[in-house]
Formats: sequence, structure tokens, C-alpha cells
Amino acid sequence: MMALAAVMLVWGAGWVINLMLARRGQGTAGWAAPLVFGLTLLLIWEVGVRLGNVSPIILPPPSAIAVTFADSLPTLWADFAQTILKGALTGYVCGALAAFVVAVLVDRSDFLTRGILPVGAFMAALPIVGTAPIFVKWLGSDWPSKAAVVGVMVFFPILVNTVAGLRDTTQMQRDLMRTYGAGYWPSLLKLRVPAALPFVFNGLKIATTLALIGAIVAEFFGSPTVGMGFRISTSVGQLALDLVWAEIVVAALAGSAFYGAMALIERRLTFWHPSQRR
Amino acid sequence: MRNVLPILTVVAVILGLWVMAVVPMNIHLAVDQAQRDGVVVTPETPAARQDVGALALAARNTGVIPATYTLDRPRLPGPQQVVAELWKTTVGTRVTSKQSLVYHGWVTLSATLLGFAIGTGLGIALAVGIVFFRTMDLSVMPWAIASQTIPILALAPMIIVIMGSLGIQGLLPKAIISAYLSFFPVVVGMVKGLRSPDAMQVDLLRTYHANAAQGFWKLRLPASMPYLFASLKIGISAALVGAIVGELPTGARAGFGARMLVGDQYGQPLVTWAALFAAAITAAVLVGLFSALERVSLKRMGMAR
Repeated sequence: MMALAAVMLVWGAGWVINLMLARRGQGTAGWAAPLVFGLTLLLIWEVGVRLGNVSPIILPPPSAIAVTFADSLPTLWADFAQTILKGALTGYVCGALAAFVVAVLVDRSDFLTRGILPVGAFMAALPIVGTAPIFVKWLGSDWPSKAAVVGVMVFFPILVNTVAGLRDTTQMQRDLMRTYGAGYWPSLLKLRVPAALPFVFNGLKIATTLALIGAIVAEFFGSPTVGMGFRISTSVGQLALDLVWAEIVVAALAGSAFYGAMALIERRLTFWHPSQRR
Repeated sequence: MRNVLPILTVVAVILGLWVMAVVPMNIHLAVDQAQRDGVVVTPETPAARQDVGALALAARNTGVIPATYTLDRPRLPGPQQVVAELWKTTVGTRVTSKQSLVYHGWVTLSATLLGFAIGTGLGIALAVGIVFFRTMDLSVMPWAIASQTIPILALAPMIIVIMGSLGIQGLLPKAIISAYLSFFPVVVGMVKGLRSPDAMQVDLLRTYHANAAQGFWKLRLPASMPYLFASLKIGISAALVGAIVGELPTGARAGFGARMLVGDQYGQPLVTWAALFAAAITAAVLVGLFSALERVSLKRMGMAR
């Protein structure tokens, strides 16, 4: 009863602060309101777990997760390096490069383009994570098999977006390049690739989350004794849920940083696009 | 219709690459098998064969090449083997049997559909809240967007354990993972859709003296339909992935994910491949269903492009 009352109190307090912030207008509310909302949720979690006597085996309070996070930094870093730096990033770069090359090759033929757009969009919707056991069997349980799963997962979204982007020039722009006497390569590099960049980055941003999911889930099928997926599945077995949550915090931070990095590069490279103007 | 030929060409190229890859992938296994059956192969010892590249080995033992397509436990099965396994486990087996992919498919599909319904319902409700209450927009929306960048599937094993310790097992934990995955695309798409009417249309309704509810039912909701269908198609395939992954790390005994795991652990690659293709076909059917629904309803609403 008391836990419920405390939770309601925290929720109400957070809501009132946000109502006041929302009334005050654009400036501070833009970043403060989501912050207050997040803090309110964390507080509710903490208070609810502590006062409600929830077993830490079911749901550890955020403070316990923070302590575990700080205590097991070396483990978390090793897992991060194994899963994200080796598995996800290698696969992401290989998959993205392969997608670019195929997209540029396919783009030369209108016939192939019309075929590859629907097929690629279809493949992008399939549960490709399921190929993980097959790749683990082929390439062993260390990071190359994870990189392969990630590569296949990110390939199709990036391919479809790049192919669609390379077609996104108007007749007028193409005619202008022709009046300049530009051949295939100059018009590709100076007109069509820059025009495709907003689409390419859309694909690259979608693929960041897929890369992390692929690398983590592939470890459920077999991995060396290090890695985020390995740690999550073994810690769940040992009911060490605070360590699982710490890994999820790492995954969330890595995912946001990865996405943020892509968004930042996009802003630098496609500053001319309407969606980037401020 | 004019895209049919290009699509068939691309599919044929992919199938051709697959068929060609079968020989080098399986040749070592096939040559080992042939030697055990008494066929003379070169080089003669398995150790020596390990040092020979796959293509060179195939070139030296051309007689064994057909056998690469019929191995019981291939590294890469031929397309015809996967089709045969699919046929055997769907049409050739009783639906109630533990071997039947229809049975396993229904287990995964029911979790997917339940989760999709929960996720879509909550997503639409939250989107309506976000559009009508500025406070919710300011505080919740950034989290809804940020959550897209987080590998949510990492949560799957834990959700199953938490719910298992609360005594909830079976369908619901998987459905919750599916719901979580289909929730955010729907929120983001619906918020965009409900805000898609331009100022002129909103002003017109104001001159008609329409109140907020009328504005919602007569303008905003119909205008959001194209966005809703786009989100639903993303959401349903995400929900299927969620249900499959929900079966992986938890020792589930039924479902596509469980079949993949069984095939992996007991060295039956055909089972894994059949489950994989069955899952792909299910995803294709679900997305196709929503595409058809989208075309029909947008046409009836006069919004077909």
C-alpha cells in the first residue's frame, strides 16, 4: 500500500514539473522535459522495488545496477570490445561497403534496378537473425561468424536505400551534367552520389540497431566465454540480473552513440539537404 | 507488372549463386562420404584433403560432385533439399505432430499476432496522447525516438526469466517482446500521420466550428492511414523477429526459433534451413496481407496513389 502511494507521489511530482516546463515554452522544455520524465521513471522503479519488497532476482533497483556497472567495468569493456568493436563494427563496415558496390553496379542497368528494389525490400523484412546458427556452424564461434550475420543483416536496408537514392535525380539535373560533357564517372561522383547521400544515411542509421541486435543475438548460438550476448544468456541462467541490466545499459549506450555518430556524419555531409537546415 | 521479369531475373541470379556455392561448401564432406562408401578419391587421406582447396578438390574428384547435393548433413543444403524438407514437414506430416512446421509455425505466429495486437493498440493510444497533450509530446516523444537506437532484443532473455519467476509462461512472455518491438514504429508513424494534415485543412475545420474530437475523427485519423499502414508493415515483421528471438535463449520446445536451435544442436542443418525458410515465408505472407489491406482501404478512402 505504502509503495503504491509513494510511486503515485513520485509520478505526480514528475508530471507537475513537466506540466510547468511545458507551459514555460520552447527553450528549456525541449531538453528538460524528457530528462525529468526519465528521472521520474527511474525514481519510480527505485522506490517501487525498495518499498514493494520486490526480490532483486526479479527486478534489481537502478542503484544496484549502477553499483554492478561500476564494479564490473573490466568485464563490461571486454564484452563490449568482443561484441561491438569486433563483431558488430566489422560486419557493419563490410556489409555497408558490399551494399554500395552492388548498388553502383546494379544502377548501371535499369532492368536490374527494377528487379533488385522489390527483392531487396522483401529481404530486408525477413527475420535474417535466424541465419545466426548457420554462420556459427560455418565460421566458428568467435567474432567472424557474428560479423557475417551482421553483414547480411545490414546489407539489404543499405542496398535498397542506396539504389533508390542513386535514382533520385531529376531529368533537368542529368541534362545539365550532359551539357557539361560529363561522362559516367563525373556525373556519378558529382551528381548522383551526393544526391543519394540522404537515402544512404537513412539506410546506415536503420542498420546501426540491426548490427547490434545481430551481434548480440548471434552469440546466443555459441560464442567464446566473452561477449555481451554470452554474458546476458549466462547471467540470466545464474539469476545475476543486475549484470544483465548492466549489459543492457552498455548496449543502449553503444546503440545511441553509434546512431548519434551516423547522424553527426550525415549532418556534416548532407548539410545542403532541407531536412538538415536549421 | 512490368517489374515481374526483372524480379524473376534477380531471384534466378540468387538461386544460381546458391546452387553454385553448394559444390565448394560440401565437397570435403562429400569426398569423405564417398571414400567410406569405397569410391577411390584423390588425395587419399582426410588430412591431405584438408590442405586442398574446395575447388581444386572438386576438380580432382569430378565424379563426387553430384553427391554434394544429396548429403544428409550438408554444410550448405541444395535448394531442392530445403524445398523437400519444407514439403515433408508441412504437407507430409500431421499438423499435430511435433515434427510439423505448421504446428511450430502456429506457436510462433500466435505469439506474434498477440504481441502485434498489444503493441499496435498501445502504440496508437500513445500516439493520440502525444498529439493532443503537449506535455506528453515533450517528455515521452524523445524517449520513443531514442528507444529505436537501442538493441531491444537484448532484453528478450530477461523478460522471459522475469515473467517466468512471476509464474507467467508460454505465449505471453514472447508476445510481450513482440509487442515491444512493434510498439515504437507504430508510435512514431502514427504521430507523424496524425500531424500530417496541413494548416489549411485544420483551419477549414475551425471555420466549420468543429471541436477537437470531430477534428480527430474526421480529419486527423483518416489522414494518418497511409502512415499507419507503413508502420504496421514494419511492426508485423519486427513482431515476428521478436517472437522467434524470444524462443532462442530460453529453451523453448516449440516454435520456429526452437526448431532452428534443435537443428543447430543436434546437427540437422536441414531442420534449421527449413525453419528459416518457413519463417521467411510467414513474414512474406504477413507483410503481403497488410500490403493488400493497405491497397484496398486506401483505395476505398480515395487516397490510393
